[in-house]
Amino acid sequence: MNTQPVGPREKVGVYICHCGSNIAGTVDVEAVRDWAAENLAGHGVVIARDNKFMCSSTGQELIEKDIEELGLSRVVVAACSPHMHEKTFRGACARAGLNPYLCELVSIREQVSWVHSDKAAATAKAKAVVAGGVFRVEEHAPLEPIRVPINPATLVVGGGIAGITAALELADAGFPVHMVEREPSIGGHMAMFDKTFPTLDCAACILTPKMNEVGMHPNVTLHTWSEVTDLSGYVGSFTATIKHRARYINADLCTGCGICQEKCPVKVVDQVYEAGIGYRKSAYMPFPQAVPKVPVIDGPNCTYFSKGTCKACEKFCPTGAIDFTQQDDEVKVEVGNVVLATGFELFDSRRVEQYGYGRLPNVFTSLEFERMSNAAGPTNGRIVLRDGVTEPKSVGIIHCVGSRDRNYNSFCSAICCMQSLKFAHLIGEHTDATVHNFYIDVRAPGKAFDEFYQRVLEEGTIFVRGRVAEVTDALRLPDEADQDGRLIVQVEDSLAGMQRRIPVDMVILSAGLEPPHDAKETAHRFGISCSSDGWVIERHPKLDPVATMTDGIFAAGCALGPRDIPSSVANGAAAAARILGRIQQKEMSLEPVRASVDESRCSGCRICNDLCPYNAILFHEDQMVSEVNAALCQGCGTCVAACPAGAMSGTGFSDAQVMAQIEGLLSVTATGEPRVPHPLLEGVPA
Amino acid sequence: MSAHPVAAPLDGAFEPVILGFTCNWCSYRAADLAGTARIKYPPNVRLVRLMCSGRLDPAFVLSAFAQGADAVIVSGCWPGECHYQVQNLKALKRFQLLRRVVAGLGIEPTRLQLVWASAAEGQRLANEIGRITEEVRALGPLGWGGAGADPAVAGTTVLPVREGAPPPAERDLAEVTA
Repeated sequence: MNTQPVGPREKVGVYICHCGSNIAGTVDVEAVRDWAAENLAGHGVVIARDNKFMCSSTGQELIEKDIEELGLSRVVVAACSPHMHEKTFRGACARAGLNPYLCELVSIREQVSWVHSDKAAATAKAKAVVAGGVFRVEEHAPLEPIRVPINPATLVVGGGIAGITAALELADAGFPVHMVEREPSIGGHMAMFDKTFPTLDCAACILTPKMNEVGMHPNVTLHTWSEVTDLSGYVGSFTATIKHRARYINADLCTGCGICQEKCPVKVVDQVYEAGIGYRKSAYMPFPQAVPKVPVIDGPNCTYFSKGTCKACEKFCPTGAIDFTQQDDEVKVEVGNVVLATGFELFDSRRVEQYGYGRLPNVFTSLEFERMSNAAGPTNGRIVLRDGVTEPKSVGIIHCVGSRDRNYNSFCSAICCMQSLKFAHLIGEHTDATVHNFYIDVRAPGKAFDEFYQRVLEEGTIFVRGRVAEVTDALRLPDEADQDGRLIVQVEDSLAGMQRRIPVDMVILSAGLEPPHDAKETAHRFGISCSSDGWVIERHPKLDPVATMTDGIFAAGCALGPRDIPSSVANGAAAAARILGRIQQKEMSLEPVRASVDESRCSGCRICNDLCPYNAILFHEDQMVSEVNAALCQGCGTCVAACPAGAMSGTGFSDAQVMAQIEGLLSVTATGEPRVPHPLLEGVPA
Repeated sequence: MSAHPVAAPLDGAFEPVILGFTCNWCSYRAADLAGTARIKYPPNVRLVRLMCSGRLDPAFVLSAFAQGADAVIVSGCWPGECHYQVQNLKALKRFQLLRRVVAGLGIEPTRLQLVWASAAEGQRLANEIGRITEEVRALGPLGWGGAGADPAVAGTTVLPVREGAPPPAERDLAEVTA
């Protein structure tokens, strides 16, 4: 056990940060400094200093110099959250030869100055927080970080452009990648698009080579039509369970000739890849460039599975690859890191009832339009009404459907403005229709985005600023009599300051992006946090945008929030770069926060055994004692709290440390005075 | 019962001191987020960071009361969202027992409260801290045996589920009812 309280008389240095005016604006830093020097001397404080920015090199040098010259054995820094700068100050201590775990960072910024406005009360609380840190640090013990090996293989979850980029970066560097994709082919949403804004590159032309590269890469193992059902372990040594859904086609024998698809008699509306406006067969590859080039048989829609006869595909397959007896199976793979690139789902426009999607035939969603404008799509690239033949004479595009709207999602979906501009341009390219864009603001902040906006303006697209109230086929005004069969867009034109009813033939709803419906379960499975919306939370929104709070789990692309293709690619590459750095190091150090058992005190009651969700506690029947497997222990401390014999101890968060911190925090009253024990409790040990 | 000799400041208004136990992954992060977003809450709460709410030794709470805390907040990830799978549910079970023990000691159950807060819920945590501070302020200083201590009220915690969240898995429920 390495958390035995060390001697009560340590030499403690206290350093209080102004953080410019971030802390000093609300906390009287000098008063806290003087108070600590005077009142905490009994707890070993030999020096208390303040600095404008403790994290600056001058600030850190102060600590280093004091450790060397005054022989400090403990350091308390009162500044920002330990999630921000704990590493910085531990590093300063280490440079001066002090074990980094003998440093404690207490938060007087996130938890004091930024959340309180009363200066006297905030200063009193800062004193209490500093006291908590000083009392606690006396109980710290020198620790060594745990070194764990990093398995060079990586699991990439999601085969869209973000996942593809991450996988290729890692595979090209020479390391194995397991890519898991739920659909029969990789490609994600990008594979559905025709053109990409603002350059109007053909999406398939730039994506297909990347998909092929993944498919043929010797370092990439593809698991399509599959899902990750479980992830256990920790950074460097995860074990992922991947469920392969039965394809009913033997991938080893299949040549991808497509005869099964041709001969299959069952037509099904393709809700995924064709966004509900096209058909596929029951035996199908979602699109011609699919990777892998192996179809799947969609069991629930297959005549053989429902009626027991058919087997047309089996009859015609030239290589005998059809296998109706295939079962779902599971594989376990060992990986060191994980990239979550699980993407988004389109907002369900049916929820905005007043726009009539699902009720008015000529109201389309953005993805439906993407498929329609795609030369390989169900209409061969012709832009037509729901009847499949009539070209529209006028089109209305409604921005922000399901985004920037408190009724649905408050966030901006980031891509809809540019996508709507692209639609306006494509409509102009394919038809003679007049285009109205109904927008709240046009947000075009990316490279060459605003230029594209100007171009679309010059092309004659009409922009109407206002949130559309309703899309209807009910003609209400006398001059609408000749508009039978058309749609009326009712909108308050907020620039003209008037209500307008604009007749159009077709309405496109630029629907927002939402996290996948199972985002919360995914987060739980991978042990990470997501926001209440369902987007993955980054370790730091600015400085660590692709890491999560869980070591070894990274995220990229729309899993983190709505973003365009360039950002998704950048995320994918960034996640890969972070992982490559670790693989190069071959091992990494982890916080030594682990439980351990003092065998001499263990009574063998086994209470701890059942509490551990990681099975990290072994019980030795012969000696009747428990032992913690440090490699499996995640350091939650639940067993430490439960041990009735006090045999279980947790490094970094020992009973002595927490109790001391409690004592320190409560040694100061709400007004900053020393606490006097309650008369009833005088003499009662804490 | 006379006023707590310490908690009553010079101007006579009672300012409670409340100790909050937070977990490293959700509620401490929520507190950080409240800070980053400059969301204000009463300065009466002082936070202790644990790795998990499951680390909360009941002795920590009792020790806090013994050392003059007027209330204690136990806080962690929402059921089903624990960084350590189900350890927050173990904290919940301990909390339920502890509330009875505390009531038996003559401490009003209002003085020991459980708050779930995800890493994204800075606003919620701040609101809850505000609410609890008000409740404790109304209750007055910890009086050891105050009239509000009623063991019957103590055992009323149910497994709370966040609005819109999937129903707790059977495994989770089994954890609580076992």
